[in-house]
Amino acid sequence: MTPTGTPTGTASADTIFALATAAGRAGVAVVRVSGPGAGPALMALAGGLPPPRTAGLRGLRTAMGEIDRALVLWFPAPHSFTGEDVAEFHLHGGRAVRERLFEALVELGARPAAPGEFSRRAVEHGRLDLTQAEAIADLVDAETPAQLRQALRQYDGALADLYEGWRAALIGALGRAEAAIDFSDDGVGEMEFAAARDRAQEIIQAIQTHMDDHRRGEALREGLKLAIIGPPNAGKSSLINALARRDVAIVSDIPGTTRDVIELRLNLGGYLVQVADTAGLRDTKDAVEAEGVRRALAQAGASDLVLLLRDGTIPYTDYPGVTPDLQIWNKSDLPGFQKREGISLSLKSGEGLNALIARLTAMVAERLETKDQTPALTRPRHREALTQALESLRHALTAPQDQPELFAEDLRLALRAIGRITGRVDVEELLDSVFRDFCIGK
Amino acid sequence: MSGFDVIVIGGGHAGCEAAAASARAGAATLLLTHKFETLGEMSCNPAIGGVGKGHLVREIDALDGLMGRVADRAGIQFRLLNRRKGPAVRGPRAQADRALYRTAMQDALRQIAGLEIREAAAEDLILKDGRVVGVRTADGQEIFAASVVLTTGTFLNGLIHIGETQIPAGRMKVSDGVEPPSLGLSKTLYSFGLPMGRLKTGTPPRLGGRTIDWASLESQAGDDPPTPFSFLTRAITTPQIACSITRTTLQTHAIIRANLHRAPMYSGQIASTGPRYCPSIEDKVSRFADRESHQIFLEPEGLNDDTIYPNGISTSLPQDVQLALLATIPGLEKAAVRRPGYAIEYDYVDPRALSPALAVKSVPGLYLAGQINGTTGYEEAAAQGLMAGLNAARAAGGQGPVILDRAQAYIGVMIDDLVTKGVSEPYRMFTSRAEYRLTLRADNADQRLTGLGEGLGIIGPDRRQAFQEKMERLGVSRETMTARTLTPNEAAKHGMTIRQDGVRRTAHDLLSLPDVDFPRLVAIWPDLAEIAPEIVEQLEIDAQYAGYLDRQDADILSFRRDEGRALPPDLDYRAVIGLSNEVRQKLEAIRPATLGQASRIEGVTSAALTLVLAHVKGSKKGRISKEPQRA
Repeated sequence: MTPTGTPTGTASADTIFALATAAGRAGVAVVRVSGPGAGPALMALAGGLPPPRTAGLRGLRTAMGEIDRALVLWFPAPHSFTGEDVAEFHLHGGRAVRERLFEALVELGARPAAPGEFSRRAVEHGRLDLTQAEAIADLVDAETPAQLRQALRQYDGALADLYEGWRAALIGALGRAEAAIDFSDDGVGEMEFAAARDRAQEIIQAIQTHMDDHRRGEALREGLKLAIIGPPNAGKSSLINALARRDVAIVSDIPGTTRDVIELRLNLGGYLVQVADTAGLRDTKDAVEAEGVRRALAQAGASDLVLLLRDGTIPYTDYPGVTPDLQIWNKSDLPGFQKREGISLSLKSGEGLNALIARLTAMVAERLETKDQTPALTRPRHREALTQALESLRHALTAPQDQPELFAEDLRLALRAIGRITGRVDVEELLDSVFRDFCIGK
Repeated sequence: MSGFDVIVIGGGHAGCEAAAASARAGAATLLLTHKFETLGEMSCNPAIGGVGKGHLVREIDALDGLMGRVADRAGIQFRLLNRRKGPAVRGPRAQADRALYRTAMQDALRQIAGLEIREAAAEDLILKDGRVVGVRTADGQEIFAASVVLTTGTFLNGLIHIGETQIPAGRMKVSDGVEPPSLGLSKTLYSFGLPMGRLKTGTPPRLGGRTIDWASLESQAGDDPPTPFSFLTRAITTPQIACSITRTTLQTHAIIRANLHRAPMYSGQIASTGPRYCPSIEDKVSRFADRESHQIFLEPEGLNDDTIYPNGISTSLPQDVQLALLATIPGLEKAAVRRPGYAIEYDYVDPRALSPALAVKSVPGLYLAGQINGTTGYEEAAAQGLMAGLNAARAAGGQGPVILDRAQAYIGVMIDDLVTKGVSEPYRMFTSRAEYRLTLRADNADQRLTGLGEGLGIIGPDRRQAFQEKMERLGVSRETMTARTLTPNEAAKHGMTIRQDGVRRTAHDLLSLPDVDFPRLVAIWPDLAEIAPEIVEQLEIDAQYAGYLDRQDADILSFRRDEGRALPPDLDYRAVIGLSNEVRQKLEAIRPATLGQASRIEGVTSAALTLVLAHVKGSKKGRISKEPQRA
């Protein structure tokens, strides 16, 4: 791979490749190549470059023989996803074809991409800011229309604009305080400092409102956490199974990578709902009662929505220490069932289940829907930075009237905190943490 | 071949300080100046210091430079600016008697061993194998040296503008006539292919004091007692005077507006950039059109000189307009103009061509300091002069450069800004340029730098002794302050409001409470009364900024990590794939010494830094799986 004349084998000259579609057998498999070697690789394999950004059908060949007839695309830098030269191979989706192309690419000097490396390069070349890179991960992972909407909005830069706007406002406020310090002899006085405090107060208000959203954006992105708790034999497993069997629900059994449990993910009215820690629930009936209650309470505390499921044939007692968002009374088909406040149903006959799902859908929508046009906070990383910014801003306001330098000091910290969200500072360590969440090839 | 270690060209603030520092560092030094009697001349405002600038003077003093001591001898009105704000932003300032300042500077220079001063105009630099090895003077002398420091001020290709009149000159004399510009040296620098540009600055007319109606004006006295600049000055003995204040009027502004087309900055006669921070009166009137009046400080230029410097009306309007506008200002109606105000354009070298040691990167042996590097102000010039002189001397002696970093000194902030970001207007020091402002204070410049100076061998015996005594007393007092403690209960008995958490508080902790001052501590521990007032002041500042300083220390640690990541001077940025052309060109032009410096180059994104770092490390980030995973 010498035609470009650039050194190969060093980190900076790396050309990376990855499968951009799902592994396994498929109609089509897309392989992306990015870096200085992308063009030479395309030329070597396809016998020439197609016109930029235009698909061309080419036979792919190496010295070992033909690999495939494939659609190839050529995106010369900087007009590509990563900002580097990018080549795409749309292959027939079999394992053998794919592997032969990989071997050929390695032979040509490219290497398999590390997780998130394509997006990382896009950020490095200024094609994306960090919130946009995060949005790509969200787009790829989106399971519901609402998640898709939110991710697209963030990808379009709505969140970056909001945070950059605060940064600009903070810089404005800081500038006024600085003027009161450096130009006091030129008659710039206390008024500027007072104005700066007012601006800081306004920014505090804006950030506070943004954060005071009951985790709406994060819940939307990650899925609203729903806990179903209740005494043993109330029918929790039956309820979960019933929800899982309904047509309204998308059910996916995803074996987790870190926890050996099954998670139930539902699409309720277009929103993703995660029935959290199902394994814990199942254990509850086998455990000692006290231990079961402790677990249930802990789970309820970590959830966005808590359902309390009870046996309606058993005389009412207080359920200790929990305020559910909805009470459900099971076994309405049995004699001795008493109708109480909440939803009555029979998991055995299915009576009342539609009503429950309608109610749940409404509750989820109420939690996650907003008429607010400002973009939502979508990640704990953002929340953490904003919390720091807010803390610094509040501390700034405690500075005595005659010490604008202390006010300014805190504003500088707040600026840095907000800058971290969009990637303006500390990027090296930040990139590492942001891109740890990423899969390759996006 | 008469040889020196270092030749300094120019006897302004940068040149004097450079020559003195070079000689202090042990180099055989020659200072070349047009005229001995103009050494230490204040070309513009007869004042030293201010917010930010005062910090620089203290730092120069802490490194045993001259400016602080000289200003203390020449100062005729001292004021500590921002006196009512926090200690980090207080800036000592003094108006100086122009003649006393010159005399004090000349005296100070004469006393420096190893420094020779000659009157001569430097015309050209002598090169050998691409290296500067000496200076050729206008009268044909060739003088050789290992390093040359160039401090040409506004003389480099200087051009004075007064209305439509243009005069090639480096400076206008108050008495009569002008001093000629340096054209030869300008040619020399252009021949080196250095990136150069033009900047502009201005000065107000000088007035005859006896023609001003003082009685009608508000007067402003200095501080009593005055706060000196130098850590060595015990007391100011020069007589102190008051200034007066007047203001422009609506008529003044009308005259300026009517004649704006005759102002060189507006007629297009001057295209170069002037300082936003030091605007001419025509600038102020057009940029702040809604202001009805602008303040003017009438500053006497000396005790025995009735020339008045009207601070606030720098102008390059034609002389007739200057007279007309003065007549509309209360108290100045009949003022006589001794010398008109003017604007001056001059050549500067893009300081990004310099290393952090202020050496020209492409011409070994050549150092630049002062306005030639795009700065404005005596203090900025002097601080650069000190560093350039010191480094020139060290290079001549085969020693490595001394570079102060941004967490150490305003000097470090300024030089890093200059060599990293370049200038778009004359650069002036502000405290807001310093990230570590609470740490870099005027009051602790000695604690930050004098010890360092001792290590470099540039601190004289007087200062060394004074500094050691002070540090000793400070150390003992700080120990005392942490050894005396109270329980919350005991503190409450003394009427202090603190949390009853059972944790003992030291006297230092208590002093950081907003309602506790030092006398209250003395009431509890009478022996604290023995601590000297200047030490008490330090203890109070320590306590006042306590929480903030701890955090800043942590920031400084992380800052120094990036500063510690050296980038090779011959790094091939073309081999760093992924850098945009713009960023690559900037990195190639500046050749940052560290990753930290690279991060401060305008337009160099964090993403670009990552690429550079990855390239330098030659390492590959991230785990690479054998079989690429699903997208």
